[in-house]
Amino acid sequence: MHIYILKRVLAVVPVLLGLTVIVFAIMALIPGDPATAILGSYATPENVARLNRDLGLDKPLVQQYFIWLENLLHGDFGRSYSLNRPVLDEVWERFSATLILAGAALVLCTLWGLLIGIWTAARQYGWTDRLLTFVVLIGISVPSFWLGLLLILLFAVELRWLPASGMFAIYGGGDLPDLLRHLILPALTLSVVATGVIARLTRAAMLEMLRQDFIRTARAKGVSERRVLYVHAFKAALVSVMPVIGVQAGFVLGGAVYIETVFQWPGVGRMLVQAISTRDILLVQGGVVVVSACYVLFNLLVDLAQCWLDPRIQT
Amino acid sequence: MLLAVLGVALLAPALPLAHPDLTSPADRLKPPFSDGAILGTDHLGRDLLSRLVWGTRLSLAVGVTAALLAAIVGSAIGIVAGYLGGRADHLMMRGVDMLMAFPYILLALAIVAVLGPGLLNALYAVAVVNIPFFARNIRGATVAIAHREFVDAARLTGMSGLRIIGSEILPNVMPVIVIAMSTTVGWMILETAGLSFLGLGSQPPQADLGSMLGEGRKLLITAPHASVVPGVMIFVIVMSVNLLGDGVRDALDPRLRSGALSRPAAATRVERTDTPEMKPTGALLEVEGLRTEFQVGPRVYRAAGGVSFEVAAGECLGIIGESGSGKSVTALSLLGLVASPPGVITAGAVRLNGRDTLSMTGEQLRRVRGGQAACIFQDPLATLHPLHTVGDQMVEAIRAHRPTPRREAREHAVSLLRKVRIPNPAACARSFPHELSGGMRQRVGIALALVNDPDLIVADEPTTALDVTVQAQVLALLDELRRERGLALVFITHDFGVVAQLCDRVAVMYAGRIVETGATQEVLARPRHPYTRRLIACVPEPGRGRRTLDAIPGLPPSLDALPDGCAFAPRCDRAQAACRGGEIALRRDGAHSVRCLFPEGAAT
Repeated sequence: MHIYILKRVLAVVPVLLGLTVIVFAIMALIPGDPATAILGSYATPENVARLNRDLGLDKPLVQQYFIWLENLLHGDFGRSYSLNRPVLDEVWERFSATLILAGAALVLCTLWGLLIGIWTAARQYGWTDRLLTFVVLIGISVPSFWLGLLLILLFAVELRWLPASGMFAIYGGGDLPDLLRHLILPALTLSVVATGVIARLTRAAMLEMLRQDFIRTARAKGVSERRVLYVHAFKAALVSVMPVIGVQAGFVLGGAVYIETVFQWPGVGRMLVQAISTRDILLVQGGVVVVSACYVLFNLLVDLAQCWLDPRIQT
Repeated sequence: MLLAVLGVALLAPALPLAHPDLTSPADRLKPPFSDGAILGTDHLGRDLLSRLVWGTRLSLAVGVTAALLAAIVGSAIGIVAGYLGGRADHLMMRGVDMLMAFPYILLALAIVAVLGPGLLNALYAVAVVNIPFFARNIRGATVAIAHREFVDAARLTGMSGLRIIGSEILPNVMPVIVIAMSTTVGWMILETAGLSFLGLGSQPPQADLGSMLGEGRKLLITAPHASVVPGVMIFVIVMSVNLLGDGVRDALDPRLRSGALSRPAAATRVERTDTPEMKPTGALLEVEGLRTEFQVGPRVYRAAGGVSFEVAAGECLGIIGESGSGKSVTALSLLGLVASPPGVITAGAVRLNGRDTLSMTGEQLRRVRGGQAACIFQDPLATLHPLHTVGDQMVEAIRAHRPTPRREAREHAVSLLRKVRIPNPAACARSFPHELSGGMRQRVGIALALVNDPDLIVADEPTTALDVTVQAQVLALLDELRRERGLALVFITHDFGVVAQLCDRVAVMYAGRIVETGATQEVLARPRHPYTRRLIACVPEPGRGRRTLDAIPGLPPSLDALPDGCAFAPRCDRAQAACRGGEIALRRDGAHSVRCLFPEGAAT
């Protein structure tokens, strides 16, 4: 078991490396010469060459990559020119906000997705199943950024129950209840699509498991139908649903880009959109690397949880 | 609905609409249903309906193009990787995995960041992030067919790799590509709209649905219609595409149509047309006229067609027959364990200790199952829960019937494991089923059946999956337990050797009915039904030298088209015209009954 966990953990290293290679490669593809961009079009060729040398841009690409990677490992993501502060500081500050939002959404979509999936599987072809299956279809089809706008219109503008934007009230906020009030709408919006996807898969997996022989054994033992559904079938179904939850974490982290824009949430997503508009490439690079690494690590956790749930994996 | 949207989008240039980019500052932000602008106008006074139609056209075009692009590139990678296999495959798939390590939209953002905002760039970005999905799916489909006969044949005729891919593989993986496209095109429309919404896709004055929504958002409170309208459109498009995708998938997935995906109910459906009046015989288990059918669409398969037998306390009845003879269905019907749908019990009665199990409520039946009557199944790897330890599964069975402290239940479980001669019972209780050998697993299956001290055990081919020495041990164990505890045993098997070793009486089944029944020694020594005789002849007897196995010619009849009269007649060498005439009764001759007009040993 320990050897398996160690293997899984070590397997993450090449993935993280590959991730940095891809990010570096994409950024290296940027057309134009950074030195010229910095010095302006009146720069003399000598000045451009000197700056290139200073920036290390005259070295071969592979060498540049390793220098960049080494800096990355030392926590040096470069300096954002639009904000004039170290990229890592900015990303770190923003990332905590994104983590709160995405984490809340992930908890919501996992809970609701599993619940709806079990409900609908238990009542297959009944009216609850039909109704919820339809609701789920709406859920996975609705553009989350538009849903966010509608929720703002309803709950913030019309009913005035919840704040429309930001993470804290401008005056007198800052405590946990205030944060939660601000969190409800964006987290809900962000979770809708993932809830639908998880619900659909849970339903399918439950129905698949309910046909297995070990379910018949459970019934032959005289186990109550509740336990058959919620323990025997559900636990087995969870084995195939777990990886999907891992994948949904990616959609939630990515979808945060829209939701943060709609709700003015001060997270990495909104930072990225702004950085792209101002062409602050280093900031984009840093944001993408940190969020993607977080996604990879989350999937490692899912893998480990999976191995705890399903003892067959280790052998 | 999708067709309507598509139609409007295609016909956009021909429709009598105002120019979508025509500004008219005087008519700014007109609400919907005002004169000259049914859906109102936006902040520059442009007609929203017109912009909506043109935006839809653009969004659809971009989404579909992205889907095509992703499908072409992704499928190409998938097919080549799957066809070549080996290192090329490994390398390409690792690359694809790397791309998948990114959160979906983030990668698209990074690409847009490099290429710069713009609709075309957004299209590329969305296409690129969807390539891995296609590559993986199509590779899977290609690997499945890359070594099929027709591909090998094409290779032998000297066709080039490229031509094989084009003429043999591509047509066969096309359905997979279509399914993958139909399920992702909705996403791609949504994602491109999303990028435009963020201001990274289409740039003004050009507008797709996403950028309309993005512009509308700035006026959310003063002019909600400007954001609601394009959003509804995106929603309608994506939803209809998803519905269509589900439809395509369902149409191409054969499992859905056969009803193989419906969930089996807690107990077999019982829809009896007649419930036989039974005179109590005092036997522990009395089965009378049991009929179980599988109803699949318009077809009705009669798996058990009026089966009657009884088993006294402490007695062992063997039910023997070929696969498909209805013996397992009969056994499972006793406790309502036949999967339903498609199984339905349409006639008969099953009395256990004088109570009809078929008319019990769910809770009554639950108490009987695993309590008075327990089951042992054929393949314990599939029939034990893979994620629970052996001990937990036994404890659960105990506590389902008697409120017992967990610790006490566990001790009981371990003692039973010892009883069935598992070498290290405490360690076994902590093991998962996959960690045990086949023989050990079946012992666990037996121990599991014993936990509540049942009166009756129904064993459905419990030794079939085991090798011969283990089989003998398990049979000896069952026999010992039966004598020691006074258990009644219904033993389902296809092996006369097993019956001879274990059973007091035997019932031979063919095509859903008992054709002969009697004391084991009597039936073995003097089989009366021609089918029984042939079945016994199939068993090779050790110590008598090599003998040609006397297989029965022909196949059992199809259960949805059973012939009139004797179902065995078409394969029987003693059959006469009368055999096909009509119902043949099970005729009793002392303790030996046979369903045959011209039984063995009688003059023909």
